[in-house]
Amino acid sequence: MSELQRQPITQRVSCIVCPMSCVGEVEIAEGQVVRMVGFSCERGRAYAESEVTAPKRVLTTTVKLNGGTLRLLPVVSRQPLPKDKIAACVRCLASVEVEAPVKEGDIISGDLLGLGVDIVASRDVESVSR
Amino acid sequence: MNKQFFDVAIIGGGPAGLAAALSARKAGAKQVVILERDVELGGILQQCIHNGFGLHRFQEELTGPGYAGRFVRMVRADTGITVYTEAMVLEVAKDKTIWAVSPTLGLIQLSARAVIFAMGCRERTRGAIRIPGYRPAGVFTAGAAQRMVNMEGFLPGKNIVILGSGDIGLIMARRMTLEGAKVQAVVELMPFSNGLTRNVVQCLEDFAIPLHLSHTITFVHGRERVTGVSVAAVDANRCIVPGSEFYLPCDCLLLSVGLIPENELSRAMDICLDGLTNGPVVDQYRQTCVSGFFAAGNVVHVHDLVDFVSEEGDIAGRSAALFANGELPLEKQYINVKAETGIRTVVPQRISLPTAAGEKVRLFMRAQEPLTRSTLTITTTAGKLVERKLPVAKPGEMIVADISTEKISPDSQEIIVTLLPQSLGGA
Amino acid sequence: MSTISKADVVVIGGGIVGAAVARELSRYQLDIVLLEAETDIAMGTSKANSAILHAGFDAKPTCWKARLNVLGNALYRQLQDELKLHIGWTGSLVVAKDPVDMAVLEELLVRGQQNGVNGLALLGRDEVLAREPNLASDITGALWAPTAGIICPFGATFAFAENAIRNGATLLRETPALDIVVENGRVAGVRTPQGVINTKFVVNAAGVRADDIARLAGDESFTIQARKGEYILFDRSVRNLVNSVIFPAPSKISKGILIAPTVHGNLFIGPDAQNIDDKTDIAATGNGMDRVITGARRLVPNLPLQAAITQFSGLRATAEDGDFILRESEAARGLVHAAGIQSPGLTAAPAIAQVVSALLKEAGLKLSEKRDFNPANPLKPAFQELSWEQRSSLIASNPLYGRVICRCETVTEAEIVAAIHSPCGARTVDGVKRRVRAGSGRCQGGFCGPRVTAILARELNIPMTEVRKDSIDSRLFFDKLPGNCEVPAHE
Repeated sequence: MSELQRQPITQRVSCIVCPMSCVGEVEIAEGQVVRMVGFSCERGRAYAESEVTAPKRVLTTTVKLNGGTLRLLPVVSRQPLPKDKIAACVRCLASVEVEAPVKEGDIISGDLLGLGVDIVASRDVESVSR
Repeated sequence: MNKQFFDVAIIGGGPAGLAAALSARKAGAKQVVILERDVELGGILQQCIHNGFGLHRFQEELTGPGYAGRFVRMVRADTGITVYTEAMVLEVAKDKTIWAVSPTLGLIQLSARAVIFAMGCRERTRGAIRIPGYRPAGVFTAGAAQRMVNMEGFLPGKNIVILGSGDIGLIMARRMTLEGAKVQAVVELMPFSNGLTRNVVQCLEDFAIPLHLSHTITFVHGRERVTGVSVAAVDANRCIVPGSEFYLPCDCLLLSVGLIPENELSRAMDICLDGLTNGPVVDQYRQTCVSGFFAAGNVVHVHDLVDFVSEEGDIAGRSAALFANGELPLEKQYINVKAETGIRTVVPQRISLPTAAGEKVRLFMRAQEPLTRSTLTITTTAGKLVERKLPVAKPGEMIVADISTEKISPDSQEIIVTLLPQSLGGA
Repeated sequence: MSTISKADVVVIGGGIVGAAVARELSRYQLDIVLLEAETDIAMGTSKANSAILHAGFDAKPTCWKARLNVLGNALYRQLQDELKLHIGWTGSLVVAKDPVDMAVLEELLVRGQQNGVNGLALLGRDEVLAREPNLASDITGALWAPTAGIICPFGATFAFAENAIRNGATLLRETPALDIVVENGRVAGVRTPQGVINTKFVVNAAGVRADDIARLAGDESFTIQARKGEYILFDRSVRNLVNSVIFPAPSKISKGILIAPTVHGNLFIGPDAQNIDDKTDIAATGNGMDRVITGARRLVPNLPLQAAITQFSGLRATAEDGDFILRESEAARGLVHAAGIQSPGLTAAPAIAQVVSALLKEAGLKLSEKRDFNPANPLKPAFQELSWEQRSSLIASNPLYGRVICRCETVTEAEIVAAIHSPCGARTVDGVKRRVRAGSGRCQGGFCGPRVTAILARELNIPMTEVRKDSIDSRLFFDKLPGNCEVPAHE
């Protein structure tokens, strides 16, 4: 761990748990929350902690689809992915091609980048009848 | 083509129409038809590939296609529901005859006992907001761009400015970024974003995309393709602040400047419209002012959650089925529901009497402006129906409240809804 | 594209004048080439103007404008059926608000009668308000001109060009005239990017650029000032605001900001007048829109601004003395100018074409009539205007009539395909819009734009990414496949 990471850092977090949309500050040092202000409920504080220590996002995008009634297949990560890996995941999925037909939930890219999360089709697409 | 007969005919196969069809069947309609102008059911959900749909209805976060898929599968499995895709309804008559055309079936003429309008909404365009400048290629409405990116596989630009920070604008900021485009900024006329905080965080902050609140676009540059936009700050009266103008180079301007209920068919039939929602005036059954014609979803008023669209489809579908079977209570009188201080719109705009015993009516309301710590009050001449404290109210998030109709008597005259800051609102 | 090395006449400029000239000349045994620099014809002044067939009382009796306006107006009555033009003979009203205006109306009445305009009448306030109940209540009277009308200006340009092509003329688009070859004081050819077209006769119908074209032949006898006018177009839902074309009493330089219905059932207000130096400046401006709104409110106080669907602006091609320039060039014989064609140029166009034809004859062009000249264009079915029986049988004959692409204007795929494949067919999204109205409704192509783009790509056999909105460099979409996703490193 670098010297830099040992210094406490303050991060601003907009809470998305409820419409209150509290904006608070979280101070972290060595990966631990040391101080937190501005959140008005326990759920908000839990969100803020995860947002600064291990932020995650569900990824939705499209992949190329061959032989289907659509040119693209919309896909979704079955669980949230680490936020800092989203860019790499998108780059990886850009080269994926799928053959129709596809059913919603079909695994398009299993255990993407070894992150333990499957990328699955978010809809059915029929193949083009020839 | 011979004229066909249905109990309930639904115009539009998006979320409102799909829910309406299923609900009509459940409520006893034997033959239901959906007329959908696109090649498939699902409406705009099919291009909304992001997640976040269905938390209310399914307690899950689904994608748009995922949410649509649940309904489409149920509709397809029900032999009492006929679906015509690529069927564009051109005319609806007061006697509930419907004319549509389709490339495969030609002219479709059908007749129904009840009709449900579920045509959704369309996007406001540049012309409606009068942005000065040229008319080059590269100016798109956000929804049109979304369809191109998510379904057709083309990009509307590589260097993007977005006008309007409603959810569609925010979602497109992220989407374009993930597609490798550079999103220069999101520009918002109002001093607040109309989008969900979650979208501001996950679509803008995650990618360090600037949000310019209280700003607008004053000029579109570029004679052939967009080359940039001029942006300026606006004051509290939305007038441009002199000297605040700056230039943003870009090759694409996406407009997310509002949605308008698509009521051309309703208008042609002289159905009464609400000047603020731009949708038909409806009662708690979602019946319009013309007997036997119902409406649900974004055609009535623009929702922010598809779950509520489905809920309205449920109501309209059920009511239409009851009407078709002669079971819907005949309206003897109605009571107007009026939006007053703090509330911009309310749906339904009226309650038909008599109401059924124990019937509850859910009111959908939009706040006039953002308020923290306000009180929502729903009153009749007879007294308060609802008084509720709202920690936060935003114009972009629908306020929902249930009222018990038992307290509404024929001499209630009208129901008044207000939203007042708590310092003023009594309590 | 095959290169053309010679022609009897080259017409430079595919606006209403160039197209009308080409059509007029196509009566004769001539090889005619119509050159257009842009992707389509009717892309300059002809696409953005007031779309009015003026009665002809504005101009002083001795000038070209007065003579050709009245003649052109009469010619359109013949051409309407032949060329299947969309015209509404609505009549026009010039309204007065005070005694000064009333005096102007009386002047116009006398001038109109001298010009040979039929049916002019001064109406009192009550009579005017009975005809036009939405006009401002402080009007004092109006000049009624029953012969005035409204027309689709690009539709008329397409119709002239189509008929010219059906009668053998050649249209070259995206083909600017780079130079006019002059030998011994006579025109010898026109240079284009595809090479030189040898010709002894050239018609200069280049609109705001007519002076630039004249200079290519060494003719510096005139200059054209571009004068911008802005417009706001409204949705059909407010069409009934006025029934005829409503002008204010005119000033010295302009007929003023007017309000008028369009043949397609819309309504527009405009134009203002701004002299500009840049002949490509067709930007809408905040000030211009404000002027137009202020001006129109003087006529109709309750303007339904919420029903505005788009703004546009156009450039008037104004010559120094204000009249049309219709003459053979002294610097280059065989070059005939049809320049300075501002209002009432649209009305006068068929008459201008006759004058140009006569000038070419005087300059030595041999005009022998073609036996097989066909003055008529075929009728194109407009799905929206048909009965259910007609619609049904059309779909039976061509299923694409059953696919509605533009839902605001009820335009079917079959009509769009036909517009692409007709003589001088559409090549761009706006070209489709101007031919069959797909995208000209209230949603302004939000829904149909991508679909029209895909149809163009398919029918022209080009990639989606090559389809253009309007002008040469107005490509609409970029390819995203195969994946080029790069998330910028913001963190």
